[in-house]
Amino acid sequence: MAEKKFLMGNEALGRAARAAGAKAFYGYPITPSSEIMHFWAGEFTTEQGKKDGLVFLQAEDEIAAGFMLVGGVLAGLRSFTASAGPGHVLLQDAFSMAEAMRLPVVAYLMQRGGPSTSTVIYSQSEVNLACFGGNGNGFRVVYSPSTIQDLYDYGIKVFNTAWKHRFPTFLLGDGYLAKTMAEVELYTPAERGIAMVEPEAYLLEKNRKRPLAEIVPSPELEVREDGGVQYDCLRNCLNFEEETAAVNAEIMAAYAKAAPEILEWENYGPTDAKTLIVAHGIVAAAAQAAVDQSGGQARLFRPITLQPFPLEELRKAAKGATKIIVAESALNQLARFVKDALYGVTSAPLIEYGRPSMGILPEEIVGLITAK
Amino acid sequence: MPDMTTNQNVQIRSAFPKCVRIDSKPHLFCPGCGHPEVLKALGFAIDELGLQAKTAFGIDIGCSLLAWDYFNMDTVETHHGRTIPTMVGFKRANPDAVAIAYVGDGGAYAIGLSHLMNAAVRDEKIFVIVVNNAVYAMTGGQEAPTTLPGMKVSTAPSGADEHYMKAPEMIRNVNPTAFVARGITSVQPALKMLMKDALKFYLDGKGFVFVEVLSQCPLNWKTMDKPQETFDFLEKTLAKAYPVKRY
Repeated sequence: MAEKKFLMGNEALGRAARAAGAKAFYGYPITPSSEIMHFWAGEFTTEQGKKDGLVFLQAEDEIAAGFMLVGGVLAGLRSFTASAGPGHVLLQDAFSMAEAMRLPVVAYLMQRGGPSTSTVIYSQSEVNLACFGGNGNGFRVVYSPSTIQDLYDYGIKVFNTAWKHRFPTFLLGDGYLAKTMAEVELYTPAERGIAMVEPEAYLLEKNRKRPLAEIVPSPELEVREDGGVQYDCLRNCLNFEEETAAVNAEIMAAYAKAAPEILEWENYGPTDAKTLIVAHGIVAAAAQAAVDQSGGQARLFRPITLQPFPLEELRKAAKGATKIIVAESALNQLARFVKDALYGVTSAPLIEYGRPSMGILPEEIVGLITAK
Repeated sequence: MPDMTTNQNVQIRSAFPKCVRIDSKPHLFCPGCGHPEVLKALGFAIDELGLQAKTAFGIDIGCSLLAWDYFNMDTVETHHGRTIPTMVGFKRANPDAVAIAYVGDGGAYAIGLSHLMNAAVRDEKIFVIVVNNAVYAMTGGQEAPTTLPGMKVSTAPSGADEHYMKAPEMIRNVNPTAFVARGITSVQPALKMLMKDALKFYLDGKGFVFVEVLSQCPLNWKTMDKPQETFDFLEKTLAKAYPVKRY
């Protein structure tokens, strides 16, 4: 039964994973994400958790947690981790392998200050890392939630996106959302008519419905039969430039095919407003309040997926705008996407309001809207 | 000697285990390399215990990666040093699997040492095989944690320092109940028995299983055309520093 509860963001995420039918959590503690792990450790030790076959392992570091997560996915469990900042940096080692082999790893990433150890509190400085970390080309899905309710809704959704499309899928939250308490409506996916995509193992799958050849790039896969049993051999070390080019081309084609279904964005405010604000995550929530206070002068474009980025929709939103404001708690991380999207499309001036690690209040954005 | 061409009662034992993927042969390793001998010993043990279809074979980067299509077994190549956590995660998620991590001495004892020691401390139910040839082989013969004092290698051209790592001894220290042993490629029947005993221990669910195998690298030992020197170094020098035994 759906119910409302007053919860900390991190607990909302733990409950989302549980509602999504996630089975395995591998992680390493780091502020401000640790309560997600605490929640799972608690679930793991309950009678129901044991009955559900939950897996929980506190790893020796995030590198290990990332590869354990890869192992959990290879074994066919909905598996996830949670991290932030320097831990998020270390996870990129495994995420890069997941990107290459199209392993649907899921991570809840609660941004803290950066660069380096920095503060344990808040920023939006892990956008580049979440979208483009690793030595690849950014073939992953990144959602940016704005509210605690979003944490729950997208905390469920990430698992379906990951397992349906077989890309690493991240929920990129932040420390403010992680630690804030708010009323959250909890529900099961079934109550909302959401069918959960069933996972399948990459190794030792006894009942394979979707052949790995449809998923794993062809140079990385050898499938052979011996004595009536099919054996799958996966590699990520390749011999030739052409093989690596083929791997990237195949992943790119799959990503391009999936992207229209994955893309999410939100337009808010009067469509004829001349000032367009572009913001994501919790800053978009502040921008919404600013739009409400601006007396019809401004509207908001909020990318919900940062990767893939809703490029065409932003171009549409930019039409008719005479001023564009990009507000983010980072420097040129969201703004880079915006400039990429709008190059050659608009001549409106672009105002970058980058406040690394600082929260942004609605009043600050109102000030930018009304500034001459 | 029986006449093998006419006598129907003579069974010629294949040179390869049944679980080997014959059409990926000749193997990808250098001539004279010890890896195929380790893999064969493992393969025969897997055959005898009927584990081919239950095994998830994780392999590390380095020369180990050349084993990726050696067997007809579900196999995954990971990143350098990261095969142990991958197989730990796999085994936790699939407790019925025979999860093997096949790693070189660089992957296990340098970049992945933290994973190895922590898996041993936690008594993870995985089987770790480390091939120790005392050198980083694939990347060009650099110094490994196992390189012996005075060995001339590409990153220690005037000879390696006096420090080297004895992993089975370390693992026994942190895990008194694990299966811990060191084998050698040049005594195949014993190596096969060792692999089989290790797998039996694994199947009994008794805990962490660790086998290091001393192995030859004629290329980086610069003994490609001198097999006697290769095996002298393996059996007299390496095996002296690293005792072949069960711990």
